[in-house]
Amino acid sequence: MEGSIVEMGKLIGAGIATIGMGGAAIGVGTIVGNFLSGALRNPAAAASQTAMLFIGIAFAEAFGIFSFLVALLLMFAL
Amino acid sequence: MAAEADMMEASGPAIDPMYQFTLKPLFGEGPIHWYTPTNATLWMGIAVLAIIGLLVFGTRRRAIVPSHTQSVAELAYGFVYQMVRDVAGKEGVKYFPYIMTLFIFIIFTNFLGLIPMSFSVTSQIAVTAVLAVLVFVSVTLLGFYLHGVKFLGLFWVSQAPLALRPVLAIIEIISYFVRPVSHSIRLAGNVMAGHAVIEVFASFAASALIAPIAMVGIVAMFGMDVLVAFIQAYVFTILTCVYLKDALHPSH
Repeated sequence: MEGSIVEMGKLIGAGIATIGMGGAAIGVGTIVGNFLSGALRNPAAAASQTAMLFIGIAFAEAFGIFSFLVALLLMFAL
Repeated sequence: MAAEADMMEASGPAIDPMYQFTLKPLFGEGPIHWYTPTNATLWMGIAVLAIIGLLVFGTRRRAIVPSHTQSVAELAYGFVYQMVRDVAGKEGVKYFPYIMTLFIFIIFTNFLGLIPMSFSVTSQIAVTAVLAVLVFVSVTLLGFYLHGVKFLGLFWVSQAPLALRPVLAIIEIISYFVRPVSHSIRLAGNVMAGHAVIEVFASFAASALIAPIAMVGIVAMFGMDVLVAFIQAYVFTILTCVYLKDALHPSH
């Protein structure tokens, strides 16, 4: 067992930061699920809304990526 | 750096998943200056050559019955053109060449990065930050050029109750300035995460017991990376179109 308590804190912090990805997963799942349930009710309108689907996914995903970034910063930059 | 490397050797996995993203000078060793040709420069050059090969030589003959190369080039052109027209509107079509350039560059560097032993340029935050900041600055300048001070109406939500508007203005301003950050980190983070996960699975394959599972994992993650490479290029482009639409029609 070697290494300092700061290293330990970094690794634990990086691990905790990845919990944020779960939030992004929930967000993306909600968006795609709602899109699908809407699209199955009105398939004719679905094709025109796929751009909105991807914009929504991108926004929801951005915050998961931020948590990934925090984890990376903790591991390698700080 | 040396202490970090020692730590990775002592406690981390045998294969460092972040090693593939290190910039190396092409010729010899030494510090990297802004003019040093690195492996990122090499793969950007290859991407540009591939784009020229597709778009210039593919459409050289302009056959009525297109060849395979020509139909791929036409498909890419039509795809981006329709995206710009649908999202940014008729006025946005004027800025189509820039958006097409962004899309083609990102998708080529993403897919070239998927070749084993290659270097994925879009995993470098420096590269994506330049792309995103250029979009941000040009869109903001365009908004002020077209609308003058009225462009600030983007932050003043006129449908909201009057008491709520200053609060909303602060939120809108913050979300406006976070745009280049999320725009660049989304692309770099997705590409980097996808490649790093493949490498993590590869480090599992060293143990004979779980090697078959790890290999299936590598194949599955590679399939997802192909999807991510396209979707992230698409998302980057479509968000550029959304920001462009905001600059063209700033009023809420």
